[in-house]
Amino acid sequence: MSVIRLERRAAPSRFWSVATPILAVALTMIAGGVMFALLGKDPVAAIRTIFWDPLFNTQFAAYSRPQLLVKAGPLILIAIGLSLGFRAGVWNIGAEGQYIIGAICGAAVGLAFYPADLWIVFPLMVIAGALGGWAWAMIPGLLRTRFNTNEILVSLLLVYVAEQILASMALGLLRNPEGGGFPGSRNLQQYAAASNPELIAGTGMHWGVVAAFIAVIFAYVLLTRHITGFHIRLAGQSPRAARFAGVNPARLVLLCLGVSGALAGMAGLFEVTGPAGQISIDFNVGYGFTAIIVAFLGRLHPVGILLAGLLMALTYIGGELAQFMLGLPAAAIQAFQGMLLFFLLAVDVMTNYRIRFGRGAAT
Amino acid sequence: MNLGAIDPVLLIASLMVAATPIILAALGELVVEKSGVLNLGVEGMMITGAICGFAVAVETGSPVLGFVLAAMGGAALALIFALLTQYLLSNQVATGLALTLFGLGISAMIGQAYRGVKPPATAKLNLGPLGDIPVLGRMVFSHDWVVYFALVLVAGVWAFLKYTRGGLILRAVGENHDAAHALGYKVVRIRLAAIAFGGACAGMGGAYVSLVRVPQWTDGMTAGAGWIALAIVVFASWRAGRVLLGAYLFGGISVLQLNLQAAGVPVPVEILSMSPFVVTIIVLVFISARQKGAAVAPAALGRIFHASS
Repeated sequence: MSVIRLERRAAPSRFWSVATPILAVALTMIAGGVMFALLGKDPVAAIRTIFWDPLFNTQFAAYSRPQLLVKAGPLILIAIGLSLGFRAGVWNIGAEGQYIIGAICGAAVGLAFYPADLWIVFPLMVIAGALGGWAWAMIPGLLRTRFNTNEILVSLLLVYVAEQILASMALGLLRNPEGGGFPGSRNLQQYAAASNPELIAGTGMHWGVVAAFIAVIFAYVLLTRHITGFHIRLAGQSPRAARFAGVNPARLVLLCLGVSGALAGMAGLFEVTGPAGQISIDFNVGYGFTAIIVAFLGRLHPVGILLAGLLMALTYIGGELAQFMLGLPAAAIQAFQGMLLFFLLAVDVMTNYRIRFGRGAAT
Repeated sequence: MNLGAIDPVLLIASLMVAATPIILAALGELVVEKSGVLNLGVEGMMITGAICGFAVAVETGSPVLGFVLAAMGGAALALIFALLTQYLLSNQVATGLALTLFGLGISAMIGQAYRGVKPPATAKLNLGPLGDIPVLGRMVFSHDWVVYFALVLVAGVWAFLKYTRGGLILRAVGENHDAAHALGYKVVRIRLAAIAFGGACAGMGGAYVSLVRVPQWTDGMTAGAGWIALAIVVFASWRAGRVLLGAYLFGGISVLQLNLQAAGVPVPVEILSMSPFVVTIIVLVFISARQKGAAVAPAALGRIFHASS
């Protein structure tokens, strides 16, 4: 018997389930500081530039603050969808691909209407974006339910396929006919009926952020008040009990993948019509993967994901600022975000286990 | 279009090169999964190995030393995964993903200084008379040592799992960790060793991409090879010999599509570039449909082991 033992808690600790994400962020700041110091940067200045300056530095805050919602919107929207699946033990890790396909489908519908100035265009694009992401997620979903194919691998492999489709669209079908042969579609921001503008000036609020907030509320109600939410939680905690409760596993897989795919597709659509503006080869920037960190950092809870999405958006903006101000490499921020997930998973042990010191049986 | 430019001898020779990183990574993951652990961080360990190997080979001028350090780098990253999943009982899927995200970031960070640098060449082995055999010599016996090392490793892993006591214990741990624990086997320690081995293999596979296959450094250059390796373990039904088959199949497709691109076949480049991934998915579907019902995967795969006493 070892000196340090883990003892399973009868029920997850409520205190630690709130405290672990905070502890993980603190540990990441320390480890990240060490990493920045190794890169020859002042660790305190780097941490301050990432976490403080975007919000409170008088020089940058005016630009940075609205960016917070712009970056958090897609992260939250995608992470909410993923969290439902993760709770049920359905692992969709290909949100990046669903995001791309959603953007392509939505943009294609908008461009088909160009230059008609109809109010219906944008809603149709949102629906097309959601359907695109949904359909792309249905591939691993149906393969899983029909042929028992691992959805983790298929959803991830489809990201590479989606990236090729994106390249093909940017260079071919969706290329701007008036773009002088340059790759990339028309700029949707300049097509009023299809654009997703800032709704309140200076806040960064666009329709994607609104959708993200609605998704948070919807997921909260679903998980706490609805039988489907109960089934999702049950299937994750005890698949056997779920079967006795009459949960249809195949339907649950399709539901979780479908919802997360549709939300990721919508996130892609809101991005391509708003902040990104056009379909281009490098349209996707990894939101689909970062959203996985957001989902876990938010402890798969809708409100937690909301806060985690904002924090993760802050590391993106602060990272850009640190790149600009301190010459911190962009990759350092990616490593920093990965580190955060490590620490989170490491300290999460406190939620489900009690740590006992000393030998012998504890009371 | 000029299909005549595709030389079948060269095609098979480059197939063996293309398959080598996949063989190494998939073989490592096979051992890990046989011990009952699912490490989805193969891509992260490969890319870390790729940059470690590249940096060391450039600094010391010795590719061999590069491969050794790549294996150590991959194993070091794998040990983070081991610490989290085996001692802190974290979810293996999430931890594996974290490994990949972290690996991609840290490798790009180290790699900044090595963009555009040319690594020292890994010499071809001189196999004497074997290399002089017409056709076959050029096809099979004119590669660098890593290609043959990977093949030897396949045989080694196969023999270890099938014939040795250690292999039997490893499989027992992977099938039923509670029973193995009750018999007195150190489940956590055995898994730790398996995970480190998997990391070392993936690291070497990554270094093969950056030192031989490409050879130069670009961010995220393993480009999904780690995920393909994971798929090939499933394709191989957790058998070492079939890993070879799967890797050659995948290597063949990726080399063929590159050759077709070069030959100017009237198929969009994007279709050709996505073909290795599409084929991998299709093969996965066939295999999983056939395996349905039959328990081929190690029974304890991905389950958390916590000895309560």
